[in-house]
Amino acid sequence: MSPWISALLVIPLVGAFGVACTPRSKPDLAKELAFVVSLVTFVASIAMAFQYDTGATEQFQLVEDHAWIAQFGVRYKVGVDGAALALILLTTFLTPIVLLASWRQEAKVKTYFALFLVLETGMIGVFAALDLFLFYVFFEAMLVPMYFLIGVYGGERRVYAAVKFFLYTLFAGLLMLVSILGLYFMSRQQAGAIGAAAQGTFDYEKLLNLTMSSGTAKVLFLGFFIAFAVKVPVFPFHTWLPDAHTEAPTGGSVILAAVMLKIGTFGFLRYAIPLFPSAARYFATTMMVLGVIGIIYGSLVAMVQKDVKRLVAYTSVAHLGFIVLGLFAFTMQSGSGGVLYMVNHGLSTGALFLVIGFLYERRHTRLIEEYGGIQSTAPLLAASFLVAGLSSLALPGLNGFVSEFLVLVGTFARHRVLGVVATFGIVLAALYILIAYQRTMTGPITNEANRDLPDLSLREKVVIAPVLVAILALGVYPRPVLDLVAPSVDRMLERVHTREPAPSLAEETGEDKSVQIGEQQ
Amino acid sequence: MTALLALQDPEQIQTPTVEWFQLSPMLTVFAVATLAVLVEAFVPAAFRRIAQVVLSVGGLLLALVFVLRLWSAHAPKVVADGVVAVDGPALFMQGTLVALAIASLLLLAERGGRTDPDRAVARDLPTEAFPLVLLSVGGMMLFVSATNLLLMFIALEVLSLPLYLLTGLARRRKVVSQEGALKYFLLGAFSSAFFLYGVALLYGYAGTTSFAGIHDATTRVGTAEPLLYAGLALLGVGLLFKVGAVPFHTWTPDVYQGAPTPITALMSAGTKVAAFGGLVRVLYVVGGEVVWDWRPAIWAVAILTMVVGAVVAVTQQDVKRMLAYSSIAHAGFILTGVAAANTVGLRGVLFYLLAYGFTVLGAFGIVSLVRDEHGEATHLSKWQGLGRRSPLVAGVFAFFLFALAGIPLTSGFTAKFAVFEAAVEGRATPLVVVGVITSAVAAFFYARVIVLMFFQEPAEDGPVVVLPNWPAAAALGLAATVTLLLGVVPGEMVRIADVASRGFIR
Repeated sequence: MSPWISALLVIPLVGAFGVACTPRSKPDLAKELAFVVSLVTFVASIAMAFQYDTGATEQFQLVEDHAWIAQFGVRYKVGVDGAALALILLTTFLTPIVLLASWRQEAKVKTYFALFLVLETGMIGVFAALDLFLFYVFFEAMLVPMYFLIGVYGGERRVYAAVKFFLYTLFAGLLMLVSILGLYFMSRQQAGAIGAAAQGTFDYEKLLNLTMSSGTAKVLFLGFFIAFAVKVPVFPFHTWLPDAHTEAPTGGSVILAAVMLKIGTFGFLRYAIPLFPSAARYFATTMMVLGVIGIIYGSLVAMVQKDVKRLVAYTSVAHLGFIVLGLFAFTMQSGSGGVLYMVNHGLSTGALFLVIGFLYERRHTRLIEEYGGIQSTAPLLAASFLVAGLSSLALPGLNGFVSEFLVLVGTFARHRVLGVVATFGIVLAALYILIAYQRTMTGPITNEANRDLPDLSLREKVVIAPVLVAILALGVYPRPVLDLVAPSVDRMLERVHTREPAPSLAEETGEDKSVQIGEQQ
Repeated sequence: MTALLALQDPEQIQTPTVEWFQLSPMLTVFAVATLAVLVEAFVPAAFRRIAQVVLSVGGLLLALVFVLRLWSAHAPKVVADGVVAVDGPALFMQGTLVALAIASLLLLAERGGRTDPDRAVARDLPTEAFPLVLLSVGGMMLFVSATNLLLMFIALEVLSLPLYLLTGLARRRKVVSQEGALKYFLLGAFSSAFFLYGVALLYGYAGTTSFAGIHDATTRVGTAEPLLYAGLALLGVGLLFKVGAVPFHTWTPDVYQGAPTPITALMSAGTKVAAFGGLVRVLYVVGGEVVWDWRPAIWAVAILTMVVGAVVAVTQQDVKRMLAYSSIAHAGFILTGVAAANTVGLRGVLFYLLAYGFTVLGAFGIVSLVRDEHGEATHLSKWQGLGRRSPLVAGVFAFFLFALAGIPLTSGFTAKFAVFEAAVEGRATPLVVVGVITSAVAAFFYARVIVLMFFQEPAEDGPVVVLPNWPAAAALGLAATVTLLLGVVPGEMVRIADVASRGFIR
């Protein structure tokens, strides 16, 4: 039990205190300290990744387990599986980048950088928690720094966006809390003893062994569903997202899109589906349909946006629709494609928000019509936008393609119609990205203000380069990530299919059959 | 009831045995209160305030020591001729009350720091407040341990009468303060009458006013008696009034707003502990055999209280009134623990009262520091941009608000979890669902204050934040520390509450 994960949780938090304690007269010191801390965290996470054994049989590694609130049966239990590790690496990779991208933050610097470090601890905690109480604590506590980041440092409508974000997620999380309490209560009942003497548990691995009626499973599933559906966001729970993403400062948008949305899909993968397999099967079709609606709806709405940040925000709705589709299609290909998609979407959308941030710092507007012809004055900036955009529309050779292809192939194998409809999403993605690129970057310079835009500075190159390299690398060779996440997907599918007496039969007769079998459990 | 029987025959009068040591916490508080009255009469005005602070805080610390010694003795029993229970819940709540009283006395000692433009603002309260607070606290301590309805009634009056006076003591904003005091007094008198009527009916039913006696009667005589239900219901009205539960809550916002803020802090923290202590004892002991009859009523009251408290708070424009409605909503959350009607529920209630008490005390403590030329600036519009001008004070206030909203890693979350867990255990899951929905509504108005303080530019003629002098700073530091510790490492305190709830004498 080496405390790798605890170290990852503690370093940014201590760093945040350090940053908050720096003298107000030296804002650069706060920035530098925060950046160094985030780099140290990244290095530590890489070192942790080397401790992880991809060939091991147990699901969770690097587990730490200590009593926390004994009377409630709450434990401080953390550990990682492949998917969690991948997302933790994404988090620690993006945090220093985001901090460097925020270097020109001038007002209230200390708080800004400290909040990001606190946020990093929260995100790592969400992915690493193996105790549902602990998971919930990180899930909700993480809202607070993001709330302040949007509310204090955001755009014009920041207050509205911050409050909406906070209340939506908090409310959804509270419903999950009821479900968690329900699980806890059942664990107590099934512990054998009667009354208050029996000790309940929040331990994820123990809760997997609960037996419950399919009715109970459905009700409890819904609690988790709401929490994660808002976080993802699944259509029609997405309305907070365009506001929050648009109004947040650049760094906040990157983290929101790249990491925080993944908490929702990760929640489905880790909690909602394995804990309630029968309910997950029952709701699978609904979920996939919602995913497909998200793909089409998000793409269409993205196309008509005038605000480039809002456009990217809606593309997230579409992309996350693919992930939900992949997870709930319950095939190995679509599942691993979905998890890989989480990482890829983090990189491509992160890169898009970073580039838009660069543009915004130069021109202080997000309206597409204000731009045009940027590629002649700032070619590197335009090129970065193009690569990120092509990755977002899943051009073969870039990272987005692999995951989107896997999701579609996997889905098509079992759900023809949904697969076909979802494929239109690719066409639409090409449209909205290329139209946006064309209007902002190509053509003659129509607005005089764009005449002398400087190209990327050294700092900006350092910010964007690692993300673009990762986009290319994962496009050519996604194997390491796929190998890493495959066991996690395998576990989930095992849970979903394990109670089916004859999987082959279910496969032949399609969804309805498997639902009925689920009912009999 | 031996004392009453004895009256009929003078020959049989026996002096009851009194276990002085078991009563020492309450006796200490009452003795110090009496001394404080003498201080008021004989100590020169120049030294009066400091003498009162030292005496009352010292006395309460002594009482706390006695509570801890009794706790470590681990010997729950009923003392003083069977009218006072010294059991787990009683000691836990007495300890909580004394600790809260110390913190609120420290707030009371605040006289405005160096930056106060007008030092007169600080002396909002005359020194008579100190003995009155002590008397009230003594009454609260007696209230949570009384096992006889008559003694309980006396304790109720001892705790209430000083509070009526204290509410009207504000030297500034006199009219609001006196209006609050009058309303509190009139409605309080009503509720006392209800309580007394309930006592009379229960005496008619059981022939005794002792809790154990009435409980025996429910097993012996049977429960199909209108007198029992009518009596319990009237008693419940009196107690729910003190709790501030809907529909008996109407006094709360006016009184909280009108009272001098340190007194509001004491009321919101201390009175709640006392009232719930009494309520739990009456329902669990007297109503122990008729749980299935009172539970639906408590369910209904809990739901109403949570919904009305949270929804009405949304529209408030005054920070004290907002906190008053929030305290109503919190009373509803605590009632879900009461409705669980099991040991886990009692544990949750005890923990909640401790956690909430310190948080709300801290919140009102901060309110008392934010002042403009007219005294405390309680209108929310004045708080705009406070985070820019006084980041520390605004930050601590935001922390208390997050705790009240029940965000994890604050005591508010642990406490809510404790009562909701009990409610699920006690098959009251619908209450939990209402609880989480109203929690989300409540989060809205806490978030709104944070928006005002941090996300908006400061108002032109905004209030000045008085730097607290050391007693008030100590009280706020204590409140913040407790709120944080009970959120991050609540294990030990939950264990203590657990032990306390198991030591309940029925």
